[in-house]
Amino acid sequence: MNHSTGDIRAVEVCNLTKIYGSGNTEVVAMKDVSFDVAKGEVMALLGPSGAGKSTLLTAIGLINPPTSGRIFIGGQPVMDSDRALVNLAAFRRKHLGFVFQKANLIAFLSAVQNVQIALEINDVAPRAARKRAMELLDYLGVADRAKNLPDALSGGQQQRVAVARALANQPSLILADEPTAALDSGRGRQVMELFRKVARERGSAVIVVTHDHRSLDVFDRTYEMEDGRLGAASIGHSA
Amino acid sequence: MNLAAQDIRQNIGRFVLTALGIGLLLMLVLGMGGIYHGLSFEATQLVDQIGADFWAVQKDTRGPFAEISRLPANLKFRLLAVPGVQSAHSFVSHTVQREVQGKPLRMFVQGLDWPDDRGGWLRLVAGRPLAQGHYEMIADKIIGLDLGDKILLGKDIYTVVGLTGGMVSSSGDGMAFFSARDAMDVQFDVSGETARLERAARRARTASQDVGRLQPELLERVGGPSSTLPALAAPLVSAILVNVAPGADLNTVVATVSAWPDVTVHTHESQRQLLLHGNVDRARRQLGLFRVILVVVSTIIMALIIYTLTLDKTHDIAMLKLMGARHRVIAGLILQQALLLGALGYGIACYIGQWLFPLFPRRVMIATTDLWVLAGIVLAISVLASLLGIAQAMRVEPNKVLS
Repeated sequence: MNHSTGDIRAVEVCNLTKIYGSGNTEVVAMKDVSFDVAKGEVMALLGPSGAGKSTLLTAIGLINPPTSGRIFIGGQPVMDSDRALVNLAAFRRKHLGFVFQKANLIAFLSAVQNVQIALEINDVAPRAARKRAMELLDYLGVADRAKNLPDALSGGQQQRVAVARALANQPSLILADEPTAALDSGRGRQVMELFRKVARERGSAVIVVTHDHRSLDVFDRTYEMEDGRLGAASIGHSA
Repeated sequence: MNLAAQDIRQNIGRFVLTALGIGLLLMLVLGMGGIYHGLSFEATQLVDQIGADFWAVQKDTRGPFAEISRLPANLKFRLLAVPGVQSAHSFVSHTVQREVQGKPLRMFVQGLDWPDDRGGWLRLVAGRPLAQGHYEMIADKIIGLDLGDKILLGKDIYTVVGLTGGMVSSSGDGMAFFSARDAMDVQFDVSGETARLERAARRARTASQDVGRLQPELLERVGGPSSTLPALAAPLVSAILVNVAPGADLNTVVATVSAWPDVTVHTHESQRQLLLHGNVDRARRQLGLFRVILVVVSTIIMALIIYTLTLDKTHDIAMLKLMGARHRVIAGLILQQALLLGALGYGIACYIGQWLFPLFPRRVMIATTDLWVLAGIVLAISVLASLLGIAQAMRVEPNKVLS
């Protein structure tokens, strides 16, 4: 395994395979994928649609168990094939952050409440959660929209709130699935740079699935996926 | 942070409209209970207000409220002679329907034993009890008459001198109180032609018999008014109401009268039970059953509403699960919303019912226990209804966020 930044592996996957269906309808979405990501490292997963990127990301995110293979997060084994070795919900709560193409903010909560709820779910007291949520929104430059509902925010602002939510519990791993697909190139780059900033300053590992080749210089490493297989790593230009 | 409250705050219009619908449904449940109690109250209120210790009625009948009961009016003097009896009053009861100013006028006529009973025991809302033995009446407001109104019943005109409120029969007809004599006149009134035909028939019957042929004067007598014929009995009354003297043993008096071969005795309590389990029993059971059905329907509707609200939040629930929310957070969101919906619906039901029920044509009696029972029912159906939504929410997978 190639560790580009730091010594501790934030995530390590070994021989991950995901097969949907069986018999004539069997589809191999991911085949023998192995890699690791260090703390503070930002990694990109590239590849055409149907290459298996999202399958890999959701497997690491513990919401779509692999058919075979093992997943370690923070050095702890969490999945062995489709068998969970930890309480998945509790593990996600404490160690993982998610950002998607759509911000997926909870529609009936304001921007600050969307971040606050992530903290309260992790047993942070409401007042402290509110304070921390405001700090995160401020860090991401959307504090002035804290009381707005998602409908009243632009796509970029929504995505920043989603990033703030993903950061709320200081996860060791942030998983982002095409987070800039709905944004223009300028705002897309801002979000990518935000991930790098977060990784550098907070020590989280970040895995980003993207089609956007214009921001590849932001990443420490990029992998190309095709037909469910992971290609060789390319070292980025940002280090 | 209370997710249920936040969701409601952002969708307050829809929530209030939904609660209004549930509230109206719950008001029906409450109203059915009120009608049920009202029916029982109306069925027994006359018996309760008259306060007689026992009713003497025609042998082997169940009294004037259940079937026709006819007794000679002079029975009351026999009853007064029984040791321990303090008072005995004739009671006449029947329903009449007339047309006054083009509108049907239906009333449950009660005859009071003038002059001993002038209706002083009635709870009048206006006017006074009867002050003379003829041509005065006390009417319930529901009949639609006012003080001073004059109506023609039979061949006489009666003036309304008193008004009661809520005195109705078990079938919902307003009560009208007359002297027993007037009540019988109203009951047995016949047209002039009918009287003439009856007299002619009487004459013909008499003429065809020995007594008529041998006593020609008798033919003239039988052609006169029936009240002048000693051979014809006086009009019959429906029952005799009896009160025993203070210190007298009711059971002993009842046993004495019950032994008479021409009378059946019903005590106050047995009369009440006859009314409750006879006249209105089926209606009460029907209302009770309908109430149960309404509760079931309310539960189903509420469950569907909660289920739909949960479906609307599927994506948000998936996101919460992805963030690692515990089941109790998500179940709490749904349960709290169901309870809030139920509580608001309950409040609306009570508030609207309070204004609406008095406008109903029949009495709707809401007791405090009814409100507690409904609160319990609402709590139960809120919890039951939320189970469907919670079951749906538990099935939502976190990866639904991606779809």
